[in-house]
Amino acid sequence: MVTKLITLGVIVLGVIALAQLMRIYELTSKLRKTGEHEISNRDNKINAKLWVAFMVFLYAGFFWLMLEYGWTGRGDAASVHGANLDWLLNLNFVIIIAVFFLTNTLLFMFSYKYVKEPGVKAFYYPHNNKLEMLWTVVPACVLAVIIILGLQSWTDATGKSKPEAIRVELFSKQFDWTARYSGEDNTLGRHDYKLTNDENNPLGLLTAETIKSAIENMEASMDAIESELNNDSIMMVPKDRASKETDLSRKSRLIRLLHQMEGRHDAKNDNQVYDDVIQTDTLYLCKGKEYEFNFRSKDVIHSAYFPHFRAQINTVPGMVTRFKFIPSKTTAEMRVERMQEDFNFILMCNKICGGAHYKMKMMVVVMEEEDYNNWWDAKKKMTFRSTFFASDDSETASGEESMTSTDSNALVDSTATAMN
Amino acid sequence: MAAVSHEAHGHNDHGHHHEESFVSKYIFSHDHKMIGKQFLITAVFMGVVAMLLSILFRIQLAWPGESSDFLSFFLGEQWAPEGVLSEDMYLGLVTIHGTIMVFFLLTGGLSGTFSNILIPLQLGARDMASGFLNMLSYWFFALSSLLMFSSLFIESGPAMAGWTIYPPLSALPQAISGSGLGMTLWLFSMVIFIAGSLIGSLNYIVTVLNLRTKGMTMTRMPLTVWAFFVTAILGVLSFPVLLSGSLLLVMDRLAGTSFYLSDIIVGGEMLTNTGGSPILFQHLFWFLGHPEVYIVLLPALGLSSEIISTNSRKPIFGYRAMIGSILAIGFLSFIVWGHHMFVTGMNPFLGSVFVFTTLLIAIPSAVKVFNYITTLWRGSIVFTPAMLFAIGLVSTFITGGVTGIILADSALDITTHDTYFVVAHFHIVMGMSAVLGMFAGVYHWFPKMYGRMMNTRLGFVHFWITLIGAYGVFFPMHFVGLAGAPRRYYDYSVYANFDGDSYAMIMDLNVIVTMFAIFAALGQLLFLFNFFYSIYRGPRSVQNPWKSNTLEWTTPVEHIHGNWPGELPTVHRWPYDYSKPGAEDDFIPQNVPLADGEEEH
Ligand code: HEM
Ligand SMILES: [Cu+2]
Ligand SMILES: [Cu+2]
Repeated sequence: MVTKLITLGVIVLGVIALAQLMRIYELTSKLRKTGEHEISNRDNKINAKLWVAFMVFLYAGFFWLMLEYGWTGRGDAASVHGANLDWLLNLNFVIIIAVFFLTNTLLFMFSYKYVKEPGVKAFYYPHNNKLEMLWTVVPACVLAVIIILGLQSWTDATGKSKPEAIRVELFSKQFDWTARYSGEDNTLGRHDYKLTNDENNPLGLLTAETIKSAIENMEASMDAIESELNNDSIMMVPKDRASKETDLSRKSRLIRLLHQMEGRHDAKNDNQVYDDVIQTDTLYLCKGKEYEFNFRSKDVIHSAYFPHFRAQINTVPGMVTRFKFIPSKTTAEMRVERMQEDFNFILMCNKICGGAHYKMKMMVVVMEEEDYNNWWDAKKKMTFRSTFFASDDSETASGEESMTSTDSNALVDSTATAMN
Repeated sequence: MAAVSHEAHGHNDHGHHHEESFVSKYIFSHDHKMIGKQFLITAVFMGVVAMLLSILFRIQLAWPGESSDFLSFFLGEQWAPEGVLSEDMYLGLVTIHGTIMVFFLLTGGLSGTFSNILIPLQLGARDMASGFLNMLSYWFFALSSLLMFSSLFIESGPAMAGWTIYPPLSALPQAISGSGLGMTLWLFSMVIFIAGSLIGSLNYIVTVLNLRTKGMTMTRMPLTVWAFFVTAILGVLSFPVLLSGSLLLVMDRLAGTSFYLSDIIVGGEMLTNTGGSPILFQHLFWFLGHPEVYIVLLPALGLSSEIISTNSRKPIFGYRAMIGSILAIGFLSFIVWGHHMFVTGMNPFLGSVFVFTTLLIAIPSAVKVFNYITTLWRGSIVFTPAMLFAIGLVSTFITGGVTGIILADSALDITTHDTYFVVAHFHIVMGMSAVLGMFAGVYHWFPKMYGRMMNTRLGFVHFWITLIGAYGVFFPMHFVGLAGAPRRYYDYSVYANFDGDSYAMIMDLNVIVTMFAIFAALGQLLFLFNFFYSIYRGPRSVQNPWKSNTLEWTTPVEHIHGNWPGELPTVHRWPYDYSKPGAEDDFIPQNVPLADGEEEH
């Protein structure tokens, strides 16, 4: 409280002091008989010189930042198309930095050079069609180059992947990522959000059994609500009752849809689902293999951002988005290249999605083919079939998850030592 | 019609002013000059609020998790427990900061103030086409400002989904606390804001088309008026789209519709909405959002064209090309919105089309820059504070504009989208350019608005602090962004897990940025002081302090209803006859007839 009063006092005194200074200044300028609208020669010259000083400050700042931080953080791309994008980015930077220096320098130097000199009249120069043509056509040509190169890279980067690309799904929700590998058949099984269940089917995968289980769960929770509503011995605030009733009506709509789904379902493709492998915490990739990623979201829009692979796409509820890339460096190679022992690849969320948005990430590890195969051979046994049907015994399932995640660093370390 | 009655009014009332009550003069005024000043004062207030919010969250970014008395003073225990900003409120502050800056300071404030003051005065009109609608437009603006401001003080916090309020985040209170009452207030505030802005814009358009004085052809209009005119057209065409987008969002929130919602499970609750598309909202939003950038920018460019020409004592170079580029920018701005959506999962081919249209805008923008620079060339430059700000604008317009070329290139946007590189880009090209332009306008037309002069020396100091501060804040952000740092992050501790070097760099730069931000913010106190002090005590202004050609300087210093005593001036020439060979003075006002044998430009 006291500090607040003191701060307030200081501010008030400051304002009063400034007002007094203004009074004095005004009285003296009245004596000199100059109005505020007449800028003195001296003031003009000072400001002209300040433009040059400012230019030096700006350019010095730019060079300092470039030297000190120029490529920290970004580093070279770790994917095949990323290397191409980096080349394009550098080209664009050369062009725009040239324009930045050229135009700013002209602006600041003209401001300095053509400051008013008593007795010199400005040059009446209203237009010049040739000049204007010049600075319409030249930028247009440069832009044409930029557009053509840019669109080529864009088409490459967003085009279709090869049929043999490894299919992986990344599933986002507030505030974490889950990966689903497509398993032996390299096909991601189907899904429906209504089947989602934190216990045994967090990604809402679609099979005859998951439908059945979802219906059972839904029925159980509806029964619970109904008995609560009908139980006269519980006193309920009207607001709670109303919200329970809406909940119930929503659930009855959902269960109708589930029954329809059950009726239509053809179990022929259920195996595509059952051999899928769910992986949390860390995403493992194999160097040199093409990946076709699909993205889904459970709640709000997120964005799957892999800065080192130069890849990003939003994940949108109700929609599946995709991209592809080929990792070109292993984690161990990156650690050597960047001279950082504990460097890692990362998948970050890059679309505002709630309070803990900034914590929503997944570690990414890229391995040589041999290490990758070792990992995959162990991992591929933990299919959706095994976790779904074992879920009554949920202890073991979660035990296995945590084991794999602690494994990750051991794996990288072994490859790192192999590198050195 | 209104013009006719004012015409009569001007003749009869000359000499004796009928007494106006305080209310009709200062509050429910129909006079465009008073309404312009009302817009300005409201915008100054909102601008101070938004700037303060940015300082609050910058403190968190520079010193994450450290307790700060400053934060607890402004936010109290609920939002800054023990002086540490809460995660949710961080996003709330960012959201309201962005919203106020874009809509309330630089849309309502900038074009509201200067369109009102300058359109009638520079065209030789007695007032706006409809004084009543004009008043209404201000009161809608004031009401929406009040609503937006009040949303900062409610229990569940202000809107927190970013100024772009993408659903589903903004539609689901379960997803973030600010999407409850805070978002409702945001939406209602914006609906009212849009209504006010539409009324205002229609009025500006009608005034420009119908109330030009004798001789004021379209090609003799000052570039300021051209800019306001095109801005108003952009507003009329694009704001209704945001309005409908917002109304659909209101329906999704309150009426259970599914325009933007599909297959969602949030906070453990499975929603039944299906078939909607969140991407639809983004299309609607950016159909306004991109033209909005130019709604913010064009008036600033218009003001600086006028100021640079006047203070270089030279005609603006390439007057017709300047008009052409305003029109080209205005047109193109409607077909580029998709560049905000390259990575939404939109069809990549559609993306390519937007790359093409977006990069086209660079051409008229380049023309404008070169024309400004050529205007300075061989001028006789007088550095009034307004002139300094106008040149500063050209510099930030260049510096921010060039990075736009990177972002417009969809292939490069893949990695820069939603990072601090974008934050740096739009703050420099839109934020700083428009703010510098607005300051330039205030310093230049202050004598016209208040009949008094602002202190020039304080103006100089204010300018240099602002320019250095602006570059100091936003230049390093490019580097933070190129390191991949996402925007709207409460802190960057995630980097500690995977890249210590980048983490160290981001933390270094964040401290530098915050220091400059505080420095720049303190510099604005000089302006506030100068502004309010000069309103009451500044030295009296002369009629045409900057020796300018446009018609507003032919009106008396004392404001009168109908602007000109006696007849309206007749226009004989374009507004840029500065230093014309053969003329005695280095300026020839627009109402001076051509001399014998003189050629019109
Ligand atoms: C004192 C000067 C200012 C500072 C220090 C400042 C700083 C910032 C920062 C750090 C962000 C957060 C970026 C993020 O996390 O995404 C931000 C957001 C933003 N600022 Fe400023 N800013 C300033 C002035 C302005 C001005 C003049 C404008 C006018 C265009 C503006 C418009 C915005 C917008 C639109 C956003 C985005 C809000 C959002 O993400 O929803 N800012 N500002
Ligand atoms: Cu997220
Ligand atoms: Cu845009």
